[in-house]
Amino acid sequence: MVQGSIETQTARQILREPGAPVVVFDHVQLAFDDKVVLRDVSFTLIKGHTKVILGASGSGKSTALKIVVGLLKADAGIVWVNGQRVDQLTEKGLMDVRDDLGMIFQEGALFDSLTVRENVGYKLYEETALPLADIDRRVEEVLGFIGLAEHIGKMPSELSGGQRRRVAIARAMAFKPSIMLYDEATTGLDPITATTVDDEMIKLRDLENVSSIIVTHQLRDAFYVAEHMAMRQGNGEVHVVRATREKEREAEFIMLQDGLIIFEGDADALRTSADPYIRSFLS
Amino acid sequence: MLSLIERWLKASAHETQEYVYLTSAAFYGVFTRPFYRHDIVEQFDQIGAGSLTVVLLAGLFTGAALASQSGLTLDQFGARPVVGRLVSASMIKELGPVLTALMLTGRIGSGIAAEIGSMVVTDQINALRALGTDPVRKLVVPRVLAGIFMAPVLTVIADFIGILGGWVIARFQLQVNSGLYWSSITKGLYIQDVWMGLSKPFVFGFVIATIACHVGLRTTGGTAGVGKATTLSVVAGSVAVIASDFFVTQILIALMY
Repeated sequence: MVQGSIETQTARQILREPGAPVVVFDHVQLAFDDKVVLRDVSFTLIKGHTKVILGASGSGKSTALKIVVGLLKADAGIVWVNGQRVDQLTEKGLMDVRDDLGMIFQEGALFDSLTVRENVGYKLYEETALPLADIDRRVEEVLGFIGLAEHIGKMPSELSGGQRRRVAIARAMAFKPSIMLYDEATTGLDPITATTVDDEMIKLRDLENVSSIIVTHQLRDAFYVAEHMAMRQGNGEVHVVRATREKEREAEFIMLQDGLIIFEGDADALRTSADPYIRSFLS
Repeated sequence: MLSLIERWLKASAHETQEYVYLTSAAFYGVFTRPFYRHDIVEQFDQIGAGSLTVVLLAGLFTGAALASQSGLTLDQFGARPVVGRLVSASMIKELGPVLTALMLTGRIGSGIAAEIGSMVVTDQINALRALGTDPVRKLVVPRVLAGIFMAPVLTVIADFIGILGGWVIARFQLQVNSGLYWSSITKGLYIQDVWMGLSKPFVFGFVIATIACHVGLRTTGGTAGVGKATTLSVVAGSVAVIASDFFVTQILIALMY
């Protein structure tokens, strides 16, 4: 018991330090019946960094995210999230891990029967004992951050596709998680709207120090997030500008092909890769 | 052929296992925190108050048709004045509970399966889990509680309206004296009949809601899958109501009569 407590404290201390590993995949495998979805996948997400998982449809990208948040269990391998082995936790134990994880699903997955306010504040209204006034204030603050404050009373069906994705981001960030998981957050959006969603991801990462895993097959968005950074000006305004070389290196790319990692490196390494599959993917 | 049967048996066993798992998780959720009171109240309103019109109409016309048909048969024995007794016994013991349950299967069983099924295919259930909410506690428990407790209430209302519909026919078509009609009801009704009529809806409400939730949560295949789940929920729910009616009747007869 004492030993366990010491281990937990040590893990917490390590996680507080810069450069700490917040998500670790160690030789993870998963198959649905005869179809192997992930084969021996290993990677690490460093605190405050971005991991971009690329790959064609059905390559296992979304499955990897669902394993991180505990929606799916790996057949083999170890998965660490914020110092906890999610592959060994029960559904009840996973609830604690999920308190620090925000996930944006494909198409947003907003609750149809709830307003934008209720969607964004869902976790705070339903799963915490915070005073209503505090929750309302946080919801308004988050919607202001993503520029949708005037839509607070609308239903999801009244929003455009891009607005829905941004509300989904607001819902995931309302409870201030330190890790965000984006599952095809920009797929199906026009380039201008996709850029507004990308900007929200960048702002969260750089201004709120949120670690991110971005799953996408939209190369344009993947490179945009990796090669830009958010800066707050003296007057409080936030601008998204070209990232410094050092900042660019904080975004790492993984390419999955049939559940197997075939590339791992930064944006430059990806662009210059000679692998025929990656070349065809980039072209 | 053998492998086909084997596959069917495996699939059936798996479905049964998942159904039992869901019902036990729901049972556990009824007695342990967290409770989603707002959802429970909302479901009581939707399933109870929302089904009132359907149940009233079904009860009224069933009672009226029953009185009309019974009148013809009873005339052959010169027993037209006891039409009330026949209507009340049939309504309270059998027709009221079963027809109300079938109406609820069509109305709420399909609604629950479609709603939860849509949430599954649009990732809303996964979103709930990712946000730290147990979908069984949030979605299944309120619907099962509302099904269990509102089905008996609706059945009692259907019974009363059915008997009232029977009175309209008895009084104005069969020309039976009102006093005679109502007194034959009270004379012919035993406490066992009332228990029989009140016990069944609890079982039916549970069966309808749990089957609908189970089918909804296991929806796959996009919007077409939601349509299939809705149909399956109504078909499986209706058959389950009729089958459980038989077994509950046998048990209650053995226990009470």
